[in-house]
Amino acid sequence: MDLRDTPAEAAFRRGLREWLGKTLPELPPPPDPGDWPGRRAYDTAWQRRLFDAGYAGVHWPAEAGGRGATPVEHLIFLEETERAGAPYVGANFVGLLHAGPTIAAEGTPEQRRRYLPPILSGEEIWCQGFSEPGAGSDLAALRTRAVRDGDEYVVSGSKIWTSHAEVADWCELLVRTDPAAPKHRGISWLVLPMDAPGVTVRPLRTLAGTTEFAELFLDDVRVPVANRIGEENDGWRVTMVTLSFERGTAFASEVVACRRTLGALARLAKQNGAWEDTALRRRLGLLAGLFGALWRLVQWNVSEAMAAGAEGGGGGGGVPGAGASVFKLRFSEARQELYDLAAEVLGSGSLVLAAAGSGEDEWTAQRLQGLSYTIAAGTSQIQRTIVAQRVLGMPKQQKTAGGA
Amino acid sequence: MDFRLTQDQVDLQAGMRSLLAGRFGRERLREAADGGEVFDRALWGELAGAGLFTLRVPVEGDGLGLGLAEAVLVFEEAGRALVPGPLVASELAVALGQGGTAGTVAGLVRVPRGRGPLLVEQLPSLDVLLVLDVAAGELRRVDPVDVLAVAREVRGVDPLTRLWEVTGPLPQGSPVSRADPDRVWCEGTLLTAALQVGLAARAVGSAVAYAGQREQFGQPIGAFQAVQHLCADMLGRLEPARVAVRAAALALDADGGAGSGAGGQAGVAPDAAAEVAGAKLLADEAAVHGARDCLQVHGGMGFTWEGDVHLLLKRAWVRQQSFAGAEECAELLAERLL
Repeated sequence: MDLRDTPAEAAFRRGLREWLGKTLPELPPPPDPGDWPGRRAYDTAWQRRLFDAGYAGVHWPAEAGGRGATPVEHLIFLEETERAGAPYVGANFVGLLHAGPTIAAEGTPEQRRRYLPPILSGEEIWCQGFSEPGAGSDLAALRTRAVRDGDEYVVSGSKIWTSHAEVADWCELLVRTDPAAPKHRGISWLVLPMDAPGVTVRPLRTLAGTTEFAELFLDDVRVPVANRIGEENDGWRVTMVTLSFERGTAFASEVVACRRTLGALARLAKQNGAWEDTALRRRLGLLAGLFGALWRLVQWNVSEAMAAGAEGGGGGGGVPGAGASVFKLRFSEARQELYDLAAEVLGSGSLVLAAAGSGEDEWTAQRLQGLSYTIAAGTSQIQRTIVAQRVLGMPKQQKTAGGA
Repeated sequence: MDFRLTQDQVDLQAGMRSLLAGRFGRERLREAADGGEVFDRALWGELAGAGLFTLRVPVEGDGLGLGLAEAVLVFEEAGRALVPGPLVASELAVALGQGGTAGTVAGLVRVPRGRGPLLVEQLPSLDVLLVLDVAAGELRRVDPVDVLAVAREVRGVDPLTRLWEVTGPLPQGSPVSRADPDRVWCEGTLLTAALQVGLAARAVGSAVAYAGQREQFGQPIGAFQAVQHLCADMLGRLEPARVAVRAAALALDADGGAGSGAGGQAGVAPDAAAEVAGAKLLADEAAVHGARDCLQVHGGMGFTWEGDVHLLLKRAWVRQQSFAGAEECAELLAERLL
């Protein structure tokens, strides 16, 4: 057990800090959240800077064009960029964290050459077309059909919760290619060009009032068979690779952010007198302990991923296991607790939204936005079932006669 | 960074687990719970022989020369096995040079005490009683025989934790030289948290095993999501607590040697103290809440004396009251936020 940086890790951290210290002051002010073209331009310009400095796809294998850094160095990257207040991955999220790693792992050499470099350089933006109105937690129940016609698929159906669809060039799309097969065995993973005829994007407004995602309607959209990643009807397995990435280090930088936010909340409570409320103050203390432990859990999971990568020869990029579900479960609930506590500190002030672009702390906007954490990327109920069945080895429920 | 256990650490922990499984298994536990002798000096001697109390004693003092990072691993196992007795105080006393390597039994109390009576575990068996005097900022050693003269046994909630209430004034005793009271308290809090982690792990294992055997509606109750989610939450509390305890041990090891800060500075580095406070809070929650959920999964059997679950819950309550409690830890963490 050793939580200290090795000399190589310390050097990586030092170099990154220096670069961030030099680069961040040069950035333009961030765009308004409602300005999608502006957001795309801002996010991709940041990605381009990372690319030029050799920090694009830190955790991607070198043969895919990434830095080939270890999981620990990837964690250092997330920790240091968050601490320095660097821009978020933003519109590059799906490309860098879902589609890219999947294509790197499952794509042909030609597909990797085509799709990976523009993700790393920020030239192309991806979105995710997985969930459907009738396929949420039960993702494998998806019904969007793809019928083979020569060397093309003809795709019809609809997708929902598609983040960044308004500005995306590509969509990682799950389709049903064999309706007769058991539901997990008839799915394929396609690369959909967002400018193809028959693709309609309808932005969805969230309860926070913003349009963070969209519905996607597909009417006889023709997608080349060459755009399929992996074998036909093998898309479920390909997808599991992506989802396990999503449940891994994806929230690591958010733990760092939450710890900083909790400090700001404590100072706010001290200022407005809420600190004198013993019960409230102790709940802030307890939450500090929990976020501290969640950061240690990230370090633990990354150490395990590091070892799995070394043993499994996964190019140093270990796929995080089901243990990541424990982290996801506790983190998403802790983050909600943080902003609920903020509302108690603010009192009636929690009913007032900060003026857009005022630069004030948006406690209430974050409280609203955070409601998605126990739903997105696997609901807390699904995570509990995963923990029970895959980590604790508990049995699956049998169908009961006469109801139970 | 590599947070995983080294092979030596894995072996050390596995060795303690197998020793305890053989020496203090379920039969022995039930014997003690059902009216047998609670405190077993022979077992204490064997645990001492296996290094439970001398891990942090330097090699030239016949110890193992290891740190808290190793100590928390073997204390997890002692917690899992529900070994009765003042394990933490004894380890601290031996590390401070206040006991031999052959199984000294020591107690520790802090004055002024918190709410409730001043209780001492297993008072007649103690060789040493350490008194942490907050007002004087010092650690003193008193003769347990003198304390026994002003104490009476009370009925403890945990059948395996016999308690004596001190009703008269504590004897003055003699100061323990070179001991840093803050650090001793912090180390004791950490080792107690390690016991709770082990206990919480036993609670998860017990609940999952029982849910896998007990059948209702034609299938194991562990197949129902209502039961699965209880168990998942138990693990969800255990895992952060376990890593918090281990990380806090590393932080305290980096901060200084046993009982007294290395380099002579007084107290514990604030970050390390905060890590320990967080570890104890989470470990208490994992143990107490975990034992409660384990009881719930066991249904009616969980409410019986014959089942073991109540022994888990009662011990978790005892450890929750040992060393720093929830209020103290939460206040320390809150203060650190500013």
